Amino acid sequence: MIDEPFASGSSFLHRADPRAKLTAAAALSCILAVSPSPAAPALALLAGLVCLAWAGLPKHSGRALWRRLLAVNGFVAFLWVFLPFSTPGETAAILGPFTATRQGLALAVLVTLKTNAIMCLFLALIATSDAASLGQAMHRLRVAPKLVFLFLFTYRFIHVIGDEQRRLFIAAKLRGFTPRTSLHTYKTLASLLAMVLVGAMRRADMTRQAMLLRCFHGSFGTLRSFRLGRGEYAFLTAAAFFAICLSALEVLHV
Amino acid sequence: MSDAPLLALRHIRYAYPLAQRPVLDGVDFALAPGERVGLFGPNGCGKTTLLSVMMGLLPATGGEVLFQGRPAHTEAEFFALRRGVGFLLQHADDQILFPTVLDDVAFGPLNLGLKPAEAACEAREALAFVGLQGFEDRLTHRLSGGEKKLVTLAGVLAMHPKALLLDEPTASLDPDTRHRLVHILEHLDAAVLTVSHDWDFLNLVSNDFYTIEGGKLVREAAAELHWHAHAHPHPEQPH
Repeated sequence: MIDEPFASGSSFLHRADPRAKLTAAAALSCILAVSPSPAAPALALLAGLVCLAWAGLPKHSGRALWRRLLAVNGFVAFLWVFLPFSTPGETAAILGPFTATRQGLALAVLVTLKTNAIMCLFLALIATSDAASLGQAMHRLRVAPKLVFLFLFTYRFIHVIGDEQRRLFIAAKLRGFTPRTSLHTYKTLASLLAMVLVGAMRRADMTRQAMLLRCFHGSFGTLRSFRLGRGEYAFLTAAAFFAICLSALEVLHV
Repeated sequence: MSDAPLLALRHIRYAYPLAQRPVLDGVDFALAPGERVGLFGPNGCGKTTLLSVMMGLLPATGGEVLFQGRPAHTEAEFFALRRGVGFLLQHADDQILFPTVLDDVAFGPLNLGLKPAEAACEAREALAFVGLQGFEDRLTHRLSGGEKKLVTLAGVLAMHPKALLLDEPTASLDPDTRHRLVHILEHLDAAVLTVSHDWDFLNLVSNDFYTIEGGKLVREAAAELHWHAHAHPHPEQPH
């Protein structure tokens, strides 16, 4: 269900301390998210593509990469349907009864650039670490322990819950269930989903017990020792410099 | 605490909320260090409930649990009990908490306050003890059912328990893993209380046998069980 197609590799971005990558990705995303003009996001998109190439993702897992980007841009496509026509401003084009505005188009371009830039940066920086290391790195960066648990447990149990759901659906199929547009179908689906939910709650209870049994007392140790080496410092310096450039571009409204 | 039993139950009662009658109705039991006890009985007779009450996961409605002669009532007292008593749940998936094997096995040692390097060392040793060398970096959701069982066992053994409670340990294990489990238990110093329907297995790993009848723990003669186990070559079939 969550396979990690990008996490295996030998590039610097795969080997680097995930704390450095998390910090860089989070800082750059925040700066990009508030950008009012397209110059900074465009530059960041370029940087994101360079990072993707650096991590060797297009070569080793090209299909998975394009699928991810396509999925995100599916949402962006919806924005292109609505934004140009719903933003007030100067008329740019008229399509039947609808008027597209210059401001609306600019906004759509801006959102597209931001989304893809952040997505590329995340794919290159975050997706190149496995979930377990990311969780531990978040813990080291003093992210709230509950959030870290939520993240790690989601990763651990989503397969289990997914399996449970599949088993229930197979069981339904074996007894002749074919989904149709009918009340019976809706009732069955609702019931199956409810069973999945009940199963998940039971599982949560059992997990709590299993943690108590192994003397869990609220705080959370970790085995991994991360090390910030020369490469990480160079990377962080470059990321900081890039972040300052982006901020400057945004402040100057280029 | 010279001759106090490791783990003891005194007049334990437990009733589920809204239940007509208690599942456990005055259970007395003592587990001495190194002892091997088997517990069997029909579904729903209270075997798993008994183990849960023993570990403080369910609060007894009457009676008390004693660990090394000291009664355990509060969560802190049960914490001390859980340091010394390991409980292997029936479903391995309920007990594996982390995406990678080593992280999961080291969870207990880390909770006991070990440093990461020591915890990793304990975890590696426990994995080697159950025959899972080289599994350290494997992803837990990709393991087979038998491997998951052994990982959970390693997770419990990494805490060096003085007693081990096993709830249906052989349910859905293949003969090979089942055999490995018997072998592992033979080489263990800890006292073991096994709950199982698997007569052959129970007979291999236990010296004393109990069952629950009418909410009470009843001792069964070992010889009778021997005869019984041999009388049915297919122990998984109901009799």
